[in-house]
Formats: sequence, structure tokens, C-alpha cells
Amino acid sequence: MVKEKRICLKNLGKINPESIDDYIEAGGYKVLESAVSRHHFEIIDEMLNSSLRGRGGAGFSAGLKEKFTSESCLRCEQKYLICNADEGEPGTFKDRIIMENDPHLLLEGMLIAAYGIGASKAYIYIRGEYYKSIEMVKKAIDSARKRGFIGKNIFGSVFSVDVEIRLGAGSYLCGEELTLLESLEGKRGYPRIKPPFPAEKGLFGFPTLINNVETLATIPTIVGKGSEWYLKLGTAESPGTKIFTISGDVAKPGFFEVELGTTLRELIFDLAGGMKDDKKLKAILLGGAAGTFVDETVLDTPTGFDSLKEKGATLGSGAIMVLGEDKSVLNVTQSILEFFKHESCGKCVPCRVGTDRVARMIKEINNGIYQGESGLDDMIYEAEYMAKTSLCPLGQSLIMPLRSLKRYFNDQF
Amino acid sequence: MDNNLVDVFSLFDGKEEELIPILQKVQNTVGFLSNDSMEEIARFAHVPKSKVYGVATFYAQFRFTPKGEKHIMLCRGTACHVKGAPRIQEEIENHLGIKEGETSKDLKHSMENVACIGACSLAPCIMVNETVEANLTPQKVEKLFLSKGKNK
Repeated sequence: MVKEKRICLKNLGKINPESIDDYIEAGGYKVLESAVSRHHFEIIDEMLNSSLRGRGGAGFSAGLKEKFTSESCLRCEQKYLICNADEGEPGTFKDRIIMENDPHLLLEGMLIAAYGIGASKAYIYIRGEYYKSIEMVKKAIDSARKRGFIGKNIFGSVFSVDVEIRLGAGSYLCGEELTLLESLEGKRGYPRIKPPFPAEKGLFGFPTLINNVETLATIPTIVGKGSEWYLKLGTAESPGTKIFTISGDVAKPGFFEVELGTTLRELIFDLAGGMKDDKKLKAILLGGAAGTFVDETVLDTPTGFDSLKEKGATLGSGAIMVLGEDKSVLNVTQSILEFFKHESCGKCVPCRVGTDRVARMIKEINNGIYQGESGLDDMIYEAEYMAKTSLCPLGQSLIMPLRSLKRYFNDQF
Repeated sequence: MDNNLVDVFSLFDGKEEELIPILQKVQNTVGFLSNDSMEEIARFAHVPKSKVYGVATFYAQFRFTPKGEKHIMLCRGTACHVKGAPRIQEEIENHLGIKEGETSKDLKHSMENVACIGACSLAPCIMVNETVEANLTPQKVEKLFLSKGKNK
């Protein structure tokens, strides 16, 4: 039976998350102290060697991102670090668990990353509906500031940084990094054209590093224990651990941090207690709305960014939604497509018109009044041109669930 | 100018980038964004009123009508949908006599649909003000809103 391996959740349940003393007693802020006495290139090298891939969903190398941001200009007056805590992908709640149970670990990760790239200002952009997370992070920032971990000359070094909380205002799209920047600048959440990437021109035109909560919460462990230690966890292509959030028709829905490479079968049947009421498993939605549907043939594939890609699936943010035999895949698809229609910002015409068209098509298919020959193929056709012509991941990702339906659930249409 | 607004503005510098935090603070203090507040915010942040409206109408969080004493946010994320959120919405609408996006006449209740609130292991769920009500069933909804159903 597979066991959890906790890195981001190492202190969960062991310390009082509101107490900075508890966190320090558990070894907290030690890594920050030693980090600021090292050259910042060493921190970035450690991150590069760890091969940590971004935990927000895209899976880009976290070390490379840091390297680009730190090197994009050597004499800029300002660089920014942003923690993306605008967790909105349906089925995902890992960031909430970290912020509510160990806010100081996230904060320490942010401070180390800020030191690595030379940022003097850090923002944490939290989902507005996450009241508890906001409260916990606020308290953590206040107590860390009192101890001098945030502010000027941290641990007597030349490193100074300030941390500020910003709250999301109810837009799924603002979880996308460039849109998040627009929102931080006080504008409507419309995506930007890239390049330039945030590493060159980010917030207010300055180099900016944007990382997910889970990515940042991993940093203290990597820098503290070293990349060699970290590389022993997980698989070669996707090292380390990942928090999976399991919901739907399972006996014990919840969150589980395991080494990557753990199979879906182990996650669903060992950790989440198997199917609820002994239902038969029909489908698994991986990675949330912008994710993919798979069936039981993928249960024994080791989880990882590339291993799942080969199966036409995605790891995404680590959301696993389990659908039992009594659930309709088409009904869930309709809910997803209506969600996209609702959240499309309307900047790119293909996405604005396309999300509406596709939502109407699935509704007609579900009501049995669709006139075309093959509803699924027609939707994929629409989603393909949206993927090619939309600026941001919202318009680009409709194709993901649809293509996975073609591969695994064509017979349902 | 409304004293509430004076208090809120004293916390900010009046820069354009602060527009969203200002709107949030005003809404938290006053309850909603009136046309008058929008005008004051525009003047304070040195941007046209159209821009303030442009930003405020983009984000789902901002409202231009008063909220009820109990504000119900109904999660319409995928996990809640699978576990029967549409049925829960129907039940609540029946009990309170208001539809999604409306406020009851006595200003006691208001309801809106929101995207996934990240409580997927507790689906289906709603938030009443800042409290999450989890694992809802029609029976639980009835209990929650029992006494309020009759005086709508």
C-alpha cells in the first residue's frame, strides 16, 4: 500500500499554523537564514538541479524561470516576485490546504525565491473567496515582519524585501499569470500577448517571477536538503512530490501528497478509500475543467507530467475527480463547457464566440436535438481553431477535455 | 462625501493600480458600490468613471445593488455539479423565494453562483457569508433556511 510523502504538508497537523514560534521550532526560517548568506546564483543552481517543475499546472521548470528572471537585466531598479494563490481550477484545493495549515512555509519559500532573483517586493495574490487562507497568510506576514524576516537587511544581510497581499476579485482567468499581472495593475483581467514573458517585462514592465503556492512551498525543502536529496523522490521526468486533491464518487475524498510516479489506482483505491458504495468506476477527470477525461485503462500509469501526456491526459494542478457508473460524462462536459463560456473574458473573438457555440452544441447533444453528423467531431473542430487563435490558456484549453473524450469516451456520443 | 469613503480612502495613496483593492474595501465597508461611490473612487484614483466601471463590472465579486444580511454563494464548480448542485440551487430558490443574483425584498437574503470555492471534498457546498456549509442535501437546505422560508 502506497504511503504519503509530505514535503509541502510536512508540518500539517504538527504545528499551530498561527504560531511563528511553532514553525521556528520545527526548523522554520533556518533555510532562509542560511540562504541569504550564500550567493544568490547558488540558490538558483540548486533549483535548476532539482528539476522542480511548476506545480500550477503547466509544469515549466521552476529553476529556469528563476534563472531567466534573475538574468533578464542586472541593473533594473525593481524586480518582483508574485505568488499565484488565485486557485480556481475546479476540483483543486491544494493551495488552500497549504495556506491554511502552514502559511510560514509558503512565506519562507517566497522569501528565498525573492532573494534568488533579487526582488525587493513580493505580492501574494489570493483568491477572494478564500477567507481562511487570507486570514492565515495575513497573520503569518505580520508575525514574520515583527521578527525581521520581512523588511530591511534580513538576517543582517543586504537583502531587503516587502510582502503585500492582494485579493482576487472573482475571475477564473486571473489565475493565468499574464492576466494576473493586469489585475495587479488595477485593470480588467484581459490576457496579454506573449512574448515578452514576465521574466523580461512583467508587473509594471519590470522582470517578474510568478510561481504557484505549491512550487514556492517546496523551495525551503529543496534549498535546505539539497537538490540531490530531492531528486531521489518521484520519477526521472517528474521528480519530487505532488499534492493530489481527490473528489467525486470516492469513499474518502480529500488531499494527499505523494511522490510522483504513484499510480491513479494507488491514489484512488489505497488513499481515497476506493469507490463510494462500491460503484463501478466510469471516468476520471484529471486536472480540473481545463483537464482531461480518462477511463480505467490509465489507472496503472505512473503519474508524471510526461507519462500522462503519452496517454492523452494531463497532470495539471493535481485535481482528480472520480465519476461513478451512475454519472454521465456528457453532463459533466456540459458543466465544464458552460463554465468556460461564463469565464471567457471576451477579448479574443474566437474564444468569445467559440465557447458559446460549443456550450450550445453540447446542450443540443444532451437534449438529443443536435442536427450535425458527429457532435463530438464538430466540437473538436471549433475547439481546434480556438486553440490556434486565442491569446490565453482559457481559449486554448477547451480542446483538452474534448480530445480526451474522443480517445476514451467516443462511444458515449 | 460619505464618511465611510473618507475612511477607506485614507488607507490608500490614490494610485490607479490600487483600483481593485479600493473597490474591495469600499464594497466591504458599505456593502455594495453605488453610483455615487463610483464617482468618488474615480476622482480619488485620478481615472475616468468609465474606467472604474470597466474594472468593477469585469470582476464577479463587485455588486451594484445591496447584499442581503445572509449572502449565499452557491458553488457551481465541476465537483459540486457532479454531486447535485443544480438540485441544491432549486431547493434554496424555493425556500427563499429569490433567484440566483437576486436579493430578497426584506434584504435578509441574497444569492449568487460562484465558481469552484475549493471545498471539493465537501461537495456539494455553499458559503453563507464566510462559513462553508458542506455535504448538502435537500433536507439540510431545509434545516438551514427553515424559519426564513415563510416570511419571504
